[in-house]
Amino acid sequence: MPAISFQSVTKSYPSPRGPQGGTFLALDHVSLDIQAGEFFGLLGPNGAGKTTLITILAGLGRATSGRVSVMGHDVQTEFAAARRALGVVPQELVFDPFFNVREALRFQSGYFGVRRNDAWIDELLESLGLTDKANANMRALSGGMKRRVLVALALVHKPPVIVLDEPTAGVDVELRQTLWHFIAKLNKQGHTVLLTTHYLEEAEALCGRIAMLKTGKVVALDSTSALLKAASSNVLRFKIDGELPPALATGARVTGRVVQFPAQDALAVERYLAAVREAGLVAHDIEIRRADLEDVFLDVMKQHGTPTEGSAP
Amino acid sequence: MTGWQMLFYKEVLRFWRVAAQTIAGPVLTAMLYLLIFGHALEAHVKVYDQVSYTAFLVPGLAMMSLLQNAFANSSSSLIMSKVMGNLVFLLLTPLSYVHWFVAYVGASVFRGLVVGLGVLLVAAFFTDLSFVAPLWILAFAVLGATLMGSLGLIAGLWAEKFDQLAAFQNFVVMPMTFLSGVFYSIHSLPTFWQTVSHFNPFFYMIDGFRYGFFGASDVSPWLSLGVVASATVVVSIWALWLLRSGYKIRS
Repeated sequence: MPAISFQSVTKSYPSPRGPQGGTFLALDHVSLDIQAGEFFGLLGPNGAGKTTLITILAGLGRATSGRVSVMGHDVQTEFAAARRALGVVPQELVFDPFFNVREALRFQSGYFGVRRNDAWIDELLESLGLTDKANANMRALSGGMKRRVLVALALVHKPPVIVLDEPTAGVDVELRQTLWHFIAKLNKQGHTVLLTTHYLEEAEALCGRIAMLKTGKVVALDSTSALLKAASSNVLRFKIDGELPPALATGARVTGRVVQFPAQDALAVERYLAAVREAGLVAHDIEIRRADLEDVFLDVMKQHGTPTEGSAP
Repeated sequence: MTGWQMLFYKEVLRFWRVAAQTIAGPVLTAMLYLLIFGHALEAHVKVYDQVSYTAFLVPGLAMMSLLQNAFANSSSSLIMSKVMGNLVFLLLTPLSYVHWFVAYVGASVFRGLVVGLGVLLVAAFFTDLSFVAPLWILAFAVLGATLMGSLGLIAGLWAEKFDQLAAFQNFVVMPMTFLSGVFYSIHSLPTFWQTVSHFNPFFYMIDGFRYGFFGASDVSPWLSLGVVASATVVVSIWALWLLRSGYKIRS
C-alpha cells in the first residue's frame, strides 16, 4: 500500500479565457504513488500545479475527478483517517495571534484527539530550537521562528506522512540546516516525506525520488540518481563581460555574468568557446562540472514546450 | 477531551482573554441604555401595570446584548481566522462539520449567556427584578443565542473582509434587534409597524424572554417559542449545510 496515492487527479476551474473551452486545467490526470518511507520531491515552475495537488491531498480542496488516498484512506470519503495520517506544513506563514506557541500546539494536538501530549510537544520544541519561545506569543516571533512553529504544528499528532510545501522559502541558512536535519531524522525513523521546493540543490541532496510537474501534468518521474544520469553529463561554465549573441543564448543558461552550456564532450566545449571568441567576447573563470538537478529540470521543462516567463524552478 | 471539545475550549478562551472588550464592554453599553432611557422615559411610558419602565427595559436589554454577542463571537472568530489565514490549521484536522458547528456555536451561546447574565446582575443594582418563570427565560436565552451563533457562523463564512461583516451587523443585526420591542411594547406602535414587527423573529425572542420575568407578554409565549425554535432549526441547518459543503473555506 502506498503512503500517498494520486490516481488520475484532475482539477479544473471555470475560466472564460481558458484554452479548454472555458475551463482552466490546473491538474491534468496526475497519477503518482509515493511509497512508505520515501523522501519524495515534487518540482515544477510556478503555476505547474504543485500546491493544487497538495491542497487536494490535505483536503483543503476537492479534485474535479480522480482519487487521492493517504495510507490507504480516501481523502474525501475517509477524511478523518486520512488527515490523522497526514502532517502538512503550509506555504504561508500563518498564525493565531491570540495564543502562545505551547497553547497553539496543545490546541492542534487536541483537535486530533491526542490528549496529554506535553512530552512530545517538549521534544518538538527542543528539536526545532523553540524551547525558549514556548511561552512567547506568536505575534512576537520572527519569520524563521514562525516557520519552525508551523513544522511543529504539522507534527504534533505524530503523522506517518509529512508534507512540506516550500518550507524553506525566505528562510535563513541556519534554519534550513536545522529543519533538514530534523526532517531527515524523521525520514530515517520511517516517516514518509513529500517536499515541494524551488531550491533544487535541496531536492537533489534530500529526495530519493522526484516528480516534475508542468502545466498540470507529470513530465518526469524517476529516482534522483536516474534523472541525473539521464541528463547531459557535463556543463561548461564561464563568465563574460558582454552580451551573448542571441543565437548562442538560446542554448545557454545565463545568470547575470555566468553562462552555462550543456556539453557532452571536448568537441562541444571547443565549439562553444570558439563561438564566444568569434562574438568578440572573452570567457573568464572557465570550468567544467557535472550536471546537477537544475540542469535536468531546465532540460525537462524545455522538452515539454518553451519555458514561459517565470519558469525558473 | 475529543477534538470538538478542544475547539470549544479554544473559542471560549479566545473571548475570555479579552473579557474587557467581549463581556464588560457590552454590559456597560446595556447599562448606559438603561440609565438614559430609564431616566428619560420612566415617567412617560407604562407598558404593563405593576412594572416600572426601567424594570421593563432590563430583560429586553439583556436579551439584546445576549443576541448581539452570540452573533459577534462566531462571526468575528471566523472572519479573523480567515483573514489571518490560520483557519488552515483547523481545516487540516479530522474535525467534521458537525464538530465545527457544535464548537463555534457552543462558544457563542456561552458568551451570549455570560453577557446576558452580566447585564441582569448589574441591572439588579438599579431596579428590582422578578423571575416569574425561569424556565422560559432559560429556553429563550439558549435558543436565541443558538440562532445568533449560527447566524454569526454563516456571516463569518460568507464575509471575506471585516467591512462586509460590519455591514451585516449594522444593516441586519442592529435594526432587527432594535426594532424588536426592546424599548417599547409593539402595542404602542401604529398598526403597520405592528404588522412588520410580527415578521421579525427577534420580536418573539425578546417577547418570550420577557414573559419569563413578568408573566406578561405581547403574544403568547408558546407562539414565541414556536417561532424562535423554528427559526433556530432553519438557521442551524443552513449553517451546517454551508460547513458541510466547505462554502468559501475549501476550494
